[in-house]
Amino acid sequence: MDAGRESEAAPVKERTTAERKSDRELVVTRIFNAPARIVFEAWTKPELFKRWWVPKSIGLNLLSCEMDVRVEGKYRLVFAADPEPVAFFGRYLEVIPDSRLSWTNEESPDGNITTVTFEEIRGKTRVVVCDLYPSKEALDNAIASDSTGAFPEQFEQLDELLAAPINF
Amino acid sequence: MVQYSDTHFNASFAALSDVTRRGVLEQLARGDASITELADKFGMTLTGMKKHVGILEDAGLVATEKIGRVRTCRLGACRLEEEAMWIEKYRQLWAARFDELDKVIEEMKRKEKADGRRKRK
Repeated sequence: MDAGRESEAAPVKERTTAERKSDRELVVTRIFNAPARIVFEAWTKPELFKRWWVPKSIGLNLLSCEMDVRVEGKYRLVFAADPEPVAFFGRYLEVIPDSRLSWTNEESPDGNITTVTFEEIRGKTRVVVCDLYPSKEALDNAIASDSTGAFPEQFEQLDELLAAPINF
Repeated sequence: MVQYSDTHFNASFAALSDVTRRGVLEQLARGDASITELADKFGMTLTGMKKHVGILEDAGLVATEKIGRVRTCRLGACRLEEEAMWIEKYRQLWAARFDELDKVIEEMKRKEKADGRRKRK
């Protein structure tokens, strides 16, 4: 019991887990040390949402964030990019206060549907984010388009290596 | 163990040192294909393509499966590694977001507590 009180005094960073749950689905989970209504509010008020959605470590600059959080309401996030800003947009499919949120990602034709559930357990909240793609191919492509981007560069390095004279 | 990695490394290195075979890998990253399709795509004979695919297969870069009369090629174990790496990157993005969210939530909790005290006065 003491341990519980201790962890309340100095909150321990909770672990974020991620896995490919099925052919079409990615699932992320995390526990937050707050009741569901507070966590839900941080996901649904743009002034709060924009403070955490784009962590500094990813080096993107959020230019604007509009969110009309209600069923069929639209959202639009615009990021600074070269040569022109990039927008991520869609609409909310489900809005159940303090418990469930779901939205479309319409910037790509094979976009996923994101569903977030908030489950309160003894004052803490377990958040589960599920990204569901329309098909296995759509998720495979999302993964490949990102990771194969590294291929040409690696091959270039390999070419240089192969072209270099070998000294024994 | 070391010997295995060396052998494995040499096989991968040899497999990747050919421009056609690298093209085949890039092609397979876009989707599975039969040997006939690959031969057509790269304008070579079936026998020639079989040889290239064999070298990629020995290096573990490509896996093949014969269904009926068609041998289908797909990216081998390296693809699974790539997927695992991608998922780890995806996890790190969310972890970074959630660490920021922790800060926002702590601030909201503090504010709520302060507001509560103010109301009680």
